[in-house]
Amino acid sequence: MSCFQENEEVGMPDDNLSVNAENNVSTSRRSFLKQATGLLGASVFVTSWLPPSAEAASPTSAVAAKPVTATPGAGLVDLTLKVNDREYPVTVETRVTLLDALRDRLKLVGTKKGCDHGTCGACTVHIDGQRVLSCLTLAAMAQGHEITTIEGLADGDNLHPVQQAFIDKDGFQCGFCTPGQCMSAVACIKEGHVRSDEEIREWMSGNICRCAAYPNILDAVKQAAGATPV
Amino acid sequence: MKNFTLTHPADVGGAITAGAQPESAFLAGGTTVIDLWKLGAFEFAQLVDLNQLQLRGIEASANGLKLGALERMNAVGENPAVKTHYPVVSEALLLSASPQIRNMGTMGGNLLQRPRSLTYRNPDPNRHDGPSRFDAIFGITKQSSAPHPSDLAVALTALDASVRIQGKGTTGTPERVMKLSEFYKVPQADLRFDTLAPGDLITSVEAQVPFARRSAYIKVRDRASYQFAVVSAAVVLDLDGDTIREARVAAGGVGTIPWRLPQIEAALKGKAASPETFQAAVADVGTGAVTHSHNQFKIELLKLTIIRALIAARSIV
Repeated sequence: MSCFQENEEVGMPDDNLSVNAENNVSTSRRSFLKQATGLLGASVFVTSWLPPSAEAASPTSAVAAKPVTATPGAGLVDLTLKVNDREYPVTVETRVTLLDALRDRLKLVGTKKGCDHGTCGACTVHIDGQRVLSCLTLAAMAQGHEITTIEGLADGDNLHPVQQAFIDKDGFQCGFCTPGQCMSAVACIKEGHVRSDEEIREWMSGNICRCAAYPNILDAVKQAAGATPV
Repeated sequence: MKNFTLTHPADVGGAITAGAQPESAFLAGGTTVIDLWKLGAFEFAQLVDLNQLQLRGIEASANGLKLGALERMNAVGENPAVKTHYPVVSEALLLSASPQIRNMGTMGGNLLQRPRSLTYRNPDPNRHDGPSRFDAIFGITKQSSAPHPSDLAVALTALDASVRIQGKGTTGTPERVMKLSEFYKVPQADLRFDTLAPGDLITSVEAQVPFARRSAYIKVRDRASYQFAVVSAAVVLDLDGDTIREARVAAGGVGTIPWRLPQIEAALKGKAASPETFQAAVADVGTGAVTHSHNQFKIELLKLTIIRALIAARSIV
């Protein structure tokens, strides 16, 4: 249930501890990975990012190991992204996608990067209430619009009916596609494309599930559609 | 994936001026441009974001169809007037891509998307696909045999639609209207299949077919949904009782550009709108086709797809 755990983590992005519904307090998976990476020693991980020439030339890899730096003097843009009713000022290169800005800069990591080419649907978010692919949207294009991510669905500790339905109907296995599935399902229900199983399948077809949990996803959308005023 | 600058012009004139600069590209929905840019298959120094422009509006009646270039695919496909008067357009759009992509993709951008082929989707212009079952059978050139990917363009080709274009002139930004049959050309050495000059901007798509309410789009895919066409057919029928006054037929998945089939239209004209007529009309659809062992099935599949579309259009009351 990675999406729901990370969902909770995001409420306090600078905090290494997050509330887990089952254990009350625990280290989140993401925080744990970050700490473990640090403990295992930066040299193994950091040098592997470097192109061979830089690796050889730079034993003190800390400086050279910043592969993503701004092109000097050009291509930066100051943005304010309004995500889940909260405003985030952020400076990014113009080429940064909304997906990367959400995950890497705003630390809203519930939105997943699957294919990064608009074919899998894992990165689905809402812009002004419409479901779109954040991997093919530049962050700079999203300024001035209302962005909603998986982290914005729940009302405090109360899961959105779609999230609850995915749990009730076992609508996932590995969970990686689930945030995108949930965002698409919320939109699908709001659009009214839930009048038959066939229609739900058609209008959920932009979200690929490698575990093939499709029958359960269909059941989850049907349950949520019944629980949500269309 | 080099970085680029991004401008947001507020009017068409500003967009054309910016778009005419060297190494500039227009950005509308982003579903093609960002994808190809990530692949290294499309580079630019400047992206010109068109989304501040007022190229909007959906007008659909028996008097005509006019779609603003920035209207999104879902908005047009789900528009009740488009569904009533131009079902072929609505069906082609709603059978395209995925709901998310249809919320992003625009009328103008859809017509300019590139084929799903290695030839178009990698940084090295010398790399080419080997023979594939997806290959086009019409309009093949030495440079490319990849089928044009747009469903909308096939529907609009059956409607003999036009694009309205504004471009950079010696003074101002003169406007011109081009039939899609002139707008598209088979791929040349530069792999281009449109006739736009730098800065040229599609502002709207227009068609005038008073009988288009009897029209249909049938798309055959390898998956049930969210897949490009193996073969598709767009037809429009003008019926006088049971007699075909006029027919329009175009096909997708078979041409390097959207492919109209005038010989089938001629074979249908004046005949009874019956399965026998339809079968006889498509019998020679393979004339002029270039096939190989992987894609020769497309001729038979195309016949059946056109017949299905004709039956669907005929059954509209």
